Amino acid sequence: MNSFSHAVRDSFTMTGRTLRHILRNPPAILGALGTPVFILLMMVYVFGGAIQGTGTSYINYIVPGMLLLTVIQGTGMVAVRLNTDMTRGIIARFRTMSIARAAVLNGHVAGGVIGIMASLGIVIGLALLLGFRPTATTLEWLAAGGMLMLFAIAVTMLAAALGLVIKTADGVSSALFPLYILPYFSSALVPTETMPWAMAWFARNQPFTPIVETVRGLLLGTPIGNSAPVAVAWCVGITLVSFLWARTAYNRDPSR
Amino acid sequence: MAMIETRGLRKAFGAHVVLDGIDLSVPEGTIFALLGPNGAGKTTIVHILSTLLRPDGGEARVAGHDLLREPAAVRAAIGVTGQFSAVDELLTGDENLWLMANLYHLDRREGRRRSADLLERFDLLDAAKKPVSTYSGGMRRRLDLAMTLLGTPRIVFLDEPTTGLDPRSRRTMWQLIRALVAGGITILLTTQYLEEADELADRIALLDGGRLIAEGTADELKRRIPGGHITLQFADLHALDLAARTLPATARDDDALTLTVPSDGGVQSLRAVLDQLDHAMIRVDGLSVHTPDLDDVFFALTGHADTSKGHA
Repeated sequence: MNSFSHAVRDSFTMTGRTLRHILRNPPAILGALGTPVFILLMMVYVFGGAIQGTGTSYINYIVPGMLLLTVIQGTGMVAVRLNTDMTRGIIARFRTMSIARAAVLNGHVAGGVIGIMASLGIVIGLALLLGFRPTATTLEWLAAGGMLMLFAIAVTMLAAALGLVIKTADGVSSALFPLYILPYFSSALVPTETMPWAMAWFARNQPFTPIVETVRGLLLGTPIGNSAPVAVAWCVGITLVSFLWARTAYNRDPSR
Repeated sequence: MAMIETRGLRKAFGAHVVLDGIDLSVPEGTIFALLGPNGAGKTTIVHILSTLLRPDGGEARVAGHDLLREPAAVRAAIGVTGQFSAVDELLTGDENLWLMANLYHLDRREGRRRSADLLERFDLLDAAKKPVSTYSGGMRRRLDLAMTLLGTPRIVFLDEPTTGLDPRSRRTMWQLIRALVAGGITILLTTQYLEEADELADRIALLDGGRLIAEGTADELKRRIPGGHITLQFADLHALDLAARTLPATARDDDALTLTVPSDGGVQSLRAVLDQLDHAMIRVDGLSVHTPDLDDVFFALTGHADTSKGHA
C-alpha cells in the first residue's frame, strides 16, 4: 500500500474510534441534544404564542436556527474528546507509530461531523412531530443538508483547533462559549429587523445569519438573496483557517 | 549490532538543560536500563529516541536509521509503552487491540490471531470485553504492552513500566519483559527502582542531572564502589577481643558480639580473613557477607541517596 491509501485507512480507523467513543458516552449525547430540544420546546410552547411577525409559523421560523444550535452543541464534544486525547498518554502512542499524521485529526473531525449529522436527523424528526412543516423538495433538502454539513465541518474544525491549543477540558468549554452564544445574536431565533440597529448590524454581518437564512430559504422557501454564497464563503474560510491552525497545533513539539 | 546508538545527545527546555551530552550503545537483543531519579532526563531520552521530541544537538540511530532524517523508518521499528498508560479508556481491551491492528495495517485475520494470542499470553482474556476504565493498574500496563507488541517492534521502549504497580503485578511485568528479550527484542528500560534495573538489565546507565555518571553491568557497577563487608559473629567477648586485635575491623558491636571487616565480598578476601582467624586460633560462630547493592553505587556516585525515596 502507498502512503495515501495508508492515510485513508488510518483516517477511517480513527473515525471508527471516534464513533465508538460517541456511542459509549450516552450522557454526552443527551447533553448535546438537550439544549436545542429544550429551546425548541420552550420556544414553541412557552414563548411561541407571544412572538409575532416572523411571516411564517414560529416553529417553522426557529427550526433552522435550532439546527445550527444542534451543530454547535455537537462541536463541544469534539473539542473535549480531542483535548482528552492530547492530555492522556495515547496521543504519544499514536505519534510514535508509523501512521499518517493527519489521521488523528481527521478521525476526530470526521467522527464529530457524522455524530452531528445524526443528531440533526433526530432534531428534525422531533421538529416534524411538533408541527414543523417544511416546503422543501428533495433537492432542496439535500442542499440544506449540504449547507449544514459545510457548517458542521467548519465549526468542528474550529473546535478541534481549540481542543488542541487549550490545555484543560474546562478551558475548552470557556473558549467555546462565544461560539455557543453567537446564534442568539443572529436571525436564528428572531428576524434581525426586530433588533436595535447596532445589534442588527452585527447580526447581519456575522456568519450565522447568512447560514441560517440559507437553510431556512431551502427548507421553507423564504428569500435567500445573496446569503448562500456568503454562507458558503464563511464556512470554507473558517474551515481553512481552523484546519491550518489545528495542524500547526497538532504538529508542534510537545516540549513541555 | 547496536540497535540504539547516540552520540552527544543534548536537549534543553528554555534555559533548563535536561540532557547534557548522552552517549549510548544498546546491542541487539539486550535490556539496557536507564536508572535515575525523577528529573534526571530518562523520559526525555525516551521521547527523543521515539521521535516525540527533537534533540537540540547530537546524533542518534535507532534500528540503523537516522533519527532526524528517517523518523518514519524509526517509528516502524519501535514500540513505546510509557509511564502513563497509553490505552483508550473508553474502549474495551479487545477494541484497543483492534485499533492497534488497524493502525499497524494488519489484515483482519492476522490482527485477530495476534490479538487473541496476546490476550492469552498477558492473562487478559477474561477482561477482553470489558471497558478499560474498569481495569486495575497491572491490567492496564499489560494491555499497554500487548498493544505495543501487536506491531512486532524490534525495539521496545519501556518508560517506567512498573511505577505505581503492586509487587505482584511488578513481578508479572518483569516476567513478560524477560520473555520479550528471549524472543530477540531489544529493550530500553527507564526506571527509578534500583531493584528493577538489577533484576532485568544486561547493562545499566546511571543518569543524574542530564548526564550519564556511570555505565556497566550491575556487577561492574557494584564493584566500582566500596561498601562491601563481612560481619563475623563470635561466641564470647574474649574471642571478639582477640579477633579485633587480629583483623582490620571497621566496626565492633560488644552486645551482638560481632565484628565488621571490609571486603569486596569475593571468595579470595573471605578466605584471607578466615585464614588469619585460623592462624590466631580464634573460633568464629557465624559470618555474613554483604556485597554493595545499586543503592550504595548510586549514593557513592551522586552523593545523594537512592531515587525512589523522597527527593523530587
